[in-house]
Amino acid sequence: MSKLSFGYEALDRTGDLNVGEIPELPEDRPALKKKQIAADHPTWCPGCGDFSVLALYFRLIEKRKIHHEKITTVAGIGCSSRFPYFVQGHGTHFIHGRALPYATGVSLCRPDLHVFVFGGDGDAFSIGGNHFNHTARKNVRLTYVVMDNWVYGLTKKQTSPTSPVGFKSKTDMWGAVDPPINPAKQAIAAGATFVARSTHTNPKHIHEMMDAALDHEGFSFIQCLSECTEFYEGAFDAANPRKGGEFNLVPEDHDVTDQDAAIKLADEVFPGKFGILYKVDEKSKNAKEQEINAKFQAKVEGMEDWEILQQNFNRMK
Amino acid sequence: MSESTTAAPDSSERKTSEISEAVIRIAGNSQDGIQAIGGFLARLAGRSEQDVMTFMTIPSTISGGPSIFQVRIGTGEILSSGDEADVLLAFYQHSYENHINFVKKSGIVLYDSDHVEPSEEHQKNYRHVGVAVSSLTVEAIGGSARDKGKNIFALGLITRMFDLNVEKLKKLIAERFKGKPESITTTAHNAFDAGYAQDVGNLVDLYEFEEPDGKLSNQVVMNGNEALAYGLIAAGVRFGAGYPITPWSDIMELLRRELPKYGGTFMQCEDEIASVSMAIGGSWGGRVAVTGSSGPGIALKAEAIGWAIMAEVPLVVVDVQRGGPSTGMPTSVEQSDLNIAVFGGHGDSPRVVIAPAHVEDAFYTAIEAVNIARKYSVPVILLTDQAIATRIEAFAEPNLKELCQDISPDLSAVADHKPYDLDANDGITRHLAPGTRVASGKYPVLTGLEHDEMGHPTSSRELHMDMQTKRRRKLQALRESFPATQVYGPDEGNILVVGWGSSQGPIREAVDRMRGAGESVSAIHIRYLNPLPDKLDEIFSGFHHVVVVELNDEGLNGYGQLAQLLRAKYADPKIQSICKTDGLTWRIGEIVERIHGFEAAQK
Ligand SMILES: Cc1ncc(C[n+]2csc(CCOP(=O)(O)OP(=O)(O)O)c2C)c(N)n1
Ligand code: SF4
Ligand SMILES: [Mg+2]
Repeated sequence: MSKLSFGYEALDRTGDLNVGEIPELPEDRPALKKKQIAADHPTWCPGCGDFSVLALYFRLIEKRKIHHEKITTVAGIGCSSRFPYFVQGHGTHFIHGRALPYATGVSLCRPDLHVFVFGGDGDAFSIGGNHFNHTARKNVRLTYVVMDNWVYGLTKKQTSPTSPVGFKSKTDMWGAVDPPINPAKQAIAAGATFVARSTHTNPKHIHEMMDAALDHEGFSFIQCLSECTEFYEGAFDAANPRKGGEFNLVPEDHDVTDQDAAIKLADEVFPGKFGILYKVDEKSKNAKEQEINAKFQAKVEGMEDWEILQQNFNRMK
Repeated sequence: MSESTTAAPDSSERKTSEISEAVIRIAGNSQDGIQAIGGFLARLAGRSEQDVMTFMTIPSTISGGPSIFQVRIGTGEILSSGDEADVLLAFYQHSYENHINFVKKSGIVLYDSDHVEPSEEHQKNYRHVGVAVSSLTVEAIGGSARDKGKNIFALGLITRMFDLNVEKLKKLIAERFKGKPESITTTAHNAFDAGYAQDVGNLVDLYEFEEPDGKLSNQVVMNGNEALAYGLIAAGVRFGAGYPITPWSDIMELLRRELPKYGGTFMQCEDEIASVSMAIGGSWGGRVAVTGSSGPGIALKAEAIGWAIMAEVPLVVVDVQRGGPSTGMPTSVEQSDLNIAVFGGHGDSPRVVIAPAHVEDAFYTAIEAVNIARKYSVPVILLTDQAIATRIEAFAEPNLKELCQDISPDLSAVADHKPYDLDANDGITRHLAPGTRVASGKYPVLTGLEHDEMGHPTSSRELHMDMQTKRRRKLQALRESFPATQVYGPDEGNILVVGWGSSQGPIREAVDRMRGAGESVSAIHIRYLNPLPDKLDEIFSGFHHVVVVELNDEGLNGYGQLAQLLRAKYADPKIQSICKTDGLTWRIGEIVERIHGFEAAQK
């Protein structure tokens, strides 16, 4: 009685487009130049902090010799989340707040890739708040850069979960009344294994943070202050020496594996300290799943997939 | 019971009758292990080249409560779990009282005389046999027998009554307790022997099944959730994500347990939104992925499914329908998610919806769903239901060697790539998994914004119209490839019954019964619910009435969900509805009665 109207079919890859020559790769592929990495021209407002995060992502790709096919950039929805269009590489512009689970799917299916996720504070801590906690605690191998501007940019100035009390937005015209989330502190409490804080006005620092995140075996989170010049001008002046503020690094004697100390540091009054606040080596979700698989695959070694399935069917006779 | 011959009574007045099928209903509490008795009987039937179908009700509370398991075993093809029971085995007074009406006139009521006080009235209509199941079990195996052992004792009793194969059953019992201490199997065997030793033959007839005709050799026995999950594995699915909800959970639990053997993974997520998102991410990563849920969880997935339709990403979404809306009736069956499956999205979001008809079909439909998702780069909603999910059927063992597919991603480099190519064959998108080199250096973006052919956002009205057409056109191309809809019965007559999903068996049996009585009735089964197959109007034109039989409410306009779809497509006032929402599958008699009622109303 077996009836399959739609059986397996080998699929064409790219239709008529795939007729061109595919040049061989040189032995030692040169690092990509900025020009090769840049895609669409960013649609951000002039002066938006997000430009510097993008520029530093390009620099990371160049310095770490990541090639086009391996560039995997995922984002949710928001001004900052338009990121993937501006990068020449595989990218996804997903739905609001769900970039992390999407990226988790990619990360678990593709151990050969390092997925970078970019997004805003609303995307990360409001609509996506629960995903943030769970991705952090599961320690999924990927890097998450939240471009925190303390406001909803794309939807034009509503209160965000990181807006400070008193911030006058279109939804709190008299000033925000609810206490904001402290992203770094929340990340540590949720079980993230790499938590850093940076700011768009210090390119060298952003680069250092991304560079370290790329090497982290697990979930790496960077809270990058990124000014919304349109709706929250001057929000981070206190962290910008050129505007009379202070940019202070995490003290050298801070033990990054000490969770209590890290939470205390993360909790300092703004602008607080910048750098890696917390970093521990724990098995990533990816590694844990691979261990489970290795254990089960050892039991079926040398068997074809259909033979493994046949074992189950034999038990159901 | 269909008795064909009646053997001569022997000296002690007992007789053994040869039967072609029997319906046995076991009623007790869920913690009595009655599901296990049913499971053993079903598996035995599978091994004995008989056809079998089961039906059960489970309380939705953890602490248990009244529960039944019904098995219909037979030599010929079994289409439904049976309207009436030949034998009722009642463990408690409530089981006795609530289920005796399901017993055929002159059927047999076996009851636990330790708990049941039979009524005089019922004793006139049914043959009653009391066996002190509880105390005899305690006698045989010790302990309190409150929860354990009674079921196996009862299995022995039934085995004796139907002359079932003792050796095979004892082997099944041993297999069930494999890996547990030896003493557990011994105790179970003792309980079985004690039940078997009860000479019920003194009191009632003994039955013997006709010799099977050999058509049903090599069968496997499983429930619909298992069949569906194994179908996904055979199709090559190696990644999925979900969140627990009855009755979907079994599928995710099975995939979580099995996929690691194949190097795959199934993730339990924080919620349904995360799980659909994760599955879509996995699909983009190159592994056509599955997510699933039941009612409320499907509602949560709607936004992300819309994204996958817009971005044209393959995805399989399993919806094991249960009674709704909201938490509804979690352990009852309904076909009331057709609307959300077909329309559950914002904007114009064409997707594929297919529904399996029975347990075997769940296996093959899962493979088809994966292949359609993959070939048409589109979400496919696999609309099964609680009845298929939980019932056990025996079916011909699939040829796994032939069916198992490898759908690993192809990461070889391409010269150039345009994911949303408007000139592509039938408008079908093919994505490259990340990791694939594009020699031109121009890479695609997947997006939920309306986009150009490279996936870059656009606000061009023309492009929006063109892309919308593209997303629709590919499903129209899919429809072209559907096999022609077959009519069950003659293609002309008075009434055409239209059904979908798990109602197929009961509808066919009802048609058989009515035709047997000289009535002019045929049926069609609709497996592809979106897009609907073409040319149904040609079939409709052969009949005076088209009656859609489905397990959902007739709604504000008087039509069930499929009936509304068909009326929208064909604008044919001939299309009418027969609906119900009592949480149970159709009984044959019920369909017949409702059709007669419909006919009467036409006059
Ligand atoms: C489900 C859903 N709800 C609401 C929106 C509207 N929306 C788009 S972006 C956004 C907030 C953006 O703020 P943030 O994440 O901080 O990003 P920013 O624009 O500041 O970079 C909202 C509410 C949406 N796209 N989807
Ligand atoms: S609105 Fe604000 S966040 Fe958005 S692009 Fe403009 S400056 Fe940047
Ligand atoms: Mg913001």
